[in-house]
Amino acid sequence: MISNSINRKIFTLLKVQYSNMLEYRVEIALWAISGIIPFFMLNIWTNNNLNESINISDVMLSRYFLCAFFVRQFSVVWVVFSFEEDSLMGKVSPYLIQPLNPFFRYLAQHIAEQITRFPFALIIAVFFFIFNPESMWIPNLKILLLSIISTFFSFIIQFLIQSIVACLCFWTEKASSIERLLFIPTLFLSGLLAPVASFPEYVKSWIYLTPFPYLIDLPANLLSGNTTNFRGGIGIQILWILILFPVFRKIWSAGTKKFTAMGS
Amino acid sequence: MNPRKYLKVYAKFLHTSLASELEYKTNIFIDLITAILSLIGSIFLLSIFFQNSLNIGGWKFEEALIIQGIYTILNGITNTWFNPNLTEIVKHIREGTLDFVLLKPIDSQFFISSKKINPSGFLEIILGLCLLILCIRINQINLNLSFLTLSFITIICSICILYSLWFFISTTTIWFVKTWNATEVLRSFLYIGRFPLNSFSFSLRIFFSVFIPIAFITTIPSEVFLGLSQLWKISLEVIVAIVFLTTSRKFWLFALKFYTSASS
Repeated sequence: MISNSINRKIFTLLKVQYSNMLEYRVEIALWAISGIIPFFMLNIWTNNNLNESINISDVMLSRYFLCAFFVRQFSVVWVVFSFEEDSLMGKVSPYLIQPLNPFFRYLAQHIAEQITRFPFALIIAVFFFIFNPESMWIPNLKILLLSIISTFFSFIIQFLIQSIVACLCFWTEKASSIERLLFIPTLFLSGLLAPVASFPEYVKSWIYLTPFPYLIDLPANLLSGNTTNFRGGIGIQILWILILFPVFRKIWSAGTKKFTAMGS
Repeated sequence: MNPRKYLKVYAKFLHTSLASELEYKTNIFIDLITAILSLIGSIFLLSIFFQNSLNIGGWKFEEALIIQGIYTILNGITNTWFNPNLTEIVKHIREGTLDFVLLKPIDSQFFISSKKINPSGFLEIILGLCLLILCIRINQINLNLSFLTLSFITIICSICILYSLWFFISTTTIWFVKTWNATEVLRSFLYIGRFPLNSFSFSLRIFFSVFIPIAFITTIPSEVFLGLSQLWKISLEVIVAIVFLTTSRKFWLFALKFYTSASS
């Protein structure tokens, strides 16, 4: 009975958000296009033969950047911007009355957007293969499943980090600048612009202690068939989720106590 | 056209928007850190490219730093003036407040592109200038009057082209209503401006000099800095800048004919 009602809640939330997202499909297509930076980076790498020194062949590197593009597409998180707007507009108060944590609403929004985004990402991938036919490959089912799981974990980690930042809205009202600050290391250290394998030793020595290489580098290496320790990697992803989730719970309960509705 | 009136109005704009931005002082501080980290990140990325190769697309590391410097200055200008104002166009059109702008006895393009200012971009401009001065010392560029005027002219032209691109995209909002993400697509393309044009493959080079003239924006000014640029390239940039400015102006006036205010 209880599980039935939870199922219905999840289903309704997803359905509502999915129809909402379909309304904005042109925008989502534009978002998908704006994520093509990895392909420009690939162009620099292969055009200058920079990959010879890191022992990754042209084909493997192009697969890597294609996978990085895909992983990024399905792990984009913007909860802090939605939450900031809602809290500035005073929309959070009605959400708080409902017997459902508002972050479930945002989570459903993100997942619905990913479903809408999927066809556009596929179209971009088809174009990529037309221009680079030699890099075509089909990963086996086990790898595919593992990398989907790993991408989902990457999404959850980023969602939790951003939710924690979003909760700071209860104190500062404008939390998105903190998110922009956190985005810089995510951009440069996650492997979106250059594979972590190419980083100099003095960075490699500490980077695996941060969550960044597990956001894009790990799932992209896994999917593209480059060498990576995926068992350990997925384990560490789970560890980060286990660390971040209680932090989020704490800051959420502290924040809601602090919350004063607009106009009060 | 009365320049004194426009100057007076601009002073008022400056005053009001600075006053409202300075309300969020911690925000500005966080933005400063973001700008510094972002510059460090892109130099780090550049150093990865150069760690096993002495030159990329014919540019040495010290020379490529000039491009970074110019990019940082232009990015700062974008963040200070273009981004806050031109994303506002979208809001004006969605909420129908463009009516009030059009009714004012002042040029609508001037009003829309200069109303707001975001002081946190200033630091980026200063950082970029510092990097440029450092580059002048490293590359042992001797300063003389013709060098200074030429580099000044090319940078001014770059700013004009950049402004026209932003304004062009924002103007399309009149038809498509929500082009907030179209500016995001432009932003991701502009990212290419951090690297010398010659480091890309031939087809991308053509694309980035004909369709989106990113080549003109950063590469030509950097060549002027190194004393490599031929006169025809500089005059071409001046012509491109003039063409862009006039067409973006014409395009705005043309688009206004299609503006039907909200709810009509």
